[in-house]
Amino acid sequence: MQVFTCILLGQVKHCMNQPDLLFKALADPSRRTLLDLLHATDGQTLSQLCEHLEMTRQSVTQHLELLEAANLVATRWRGREKLHFLNPVPLQDIYERWIRKFEKPRLKALHDLKRRLEEGKK
Amino acid sequence: MNKSTFVYVTFIRTTPERLWSALTTAEFMKQYWFGMHCESDWKLGSPWKLVFEDGRIADSGEIVEVDPPKRLIIRWQNHWKEELKAEGPSLCTFEIESVPDVSPAAVKLSVTHAIDRPESKFIQAVSGGWPQILSNLKSLLETGEIAVKARSKTA
Repeated sequence: MQVFTCILLGQVKHCMNQPDLLFKALADPSRRTLLDLLHATDGQTLSQLCEHLEMTRQSVTQHLELLEAANLVATRWRGREKLHFLNPVPLQDIYERWIRKFEKPRLKALHDLKRRLEEGKK
Repeated sequence: MNKSTFVYVTFIRTTPERLWSALTTAEFMKQYWFGMHCESDWKLGSPWKLVFEDGRIADSGEIVEVDPPKRLIIRWQNHWKEELKAEGPSLCTFEIESVPDVSPAAVKLSVTHAIDRPESKFIQAVSGGWPQILSNLKSLLETGEIAVKARSKTA
């Protein structure tokens, strides 16, 4: 996976367009966990994020680089600390392009029913 | 962190000058900002207002830094909801950078909105609106159309 990510990172800026990169970034469970962690607490450092993940610091760095390349994570420096922020704007773009266009009120009803039934099971 | 901050970034196929104009021209703004617009002469220290479609004032403040077409900082305080107004002023920074070596021209727009208090309700409230506004702005500049006309009730 690390090798794959390295190759991918080397190529992304040249050969992938932004939507491809975005879906690629979202296609990995660790990267989705990172987005969830930033959603819970925005502006975390690499060390803070590593505390919640059972993987090497190097792997987390690579996942963050890919998320940043896909513009799902934005970074800011505070002194010597690099802070990571969730950037939801590309998700909004996906929503406009791939969900809103196709959605119908009955899809929401179906989603609500599924959620009620699944919550009822717990 | 003893601050509440969000950083939103979008890449738009346009020029810094066109984007700057889109961010500071009231009539253009109404098209992507849910019918709202800003009022200011965009000079250092000048007053700034965000105005609802019906003319009520949503937020107000002043221009803290202005360097067209690269950087704009607004001191920004909520005006219509006591609970949010009580949190005091926030700072909203717009940064525009050209993306090198791409054709057609593209710019990176970063919006950073911060307030000096943890778990700010004001920052939470505005952060919900920005993704739609920026998505609309991108779509309007790139295609001349917007995806979302009305603000969703949940936002």
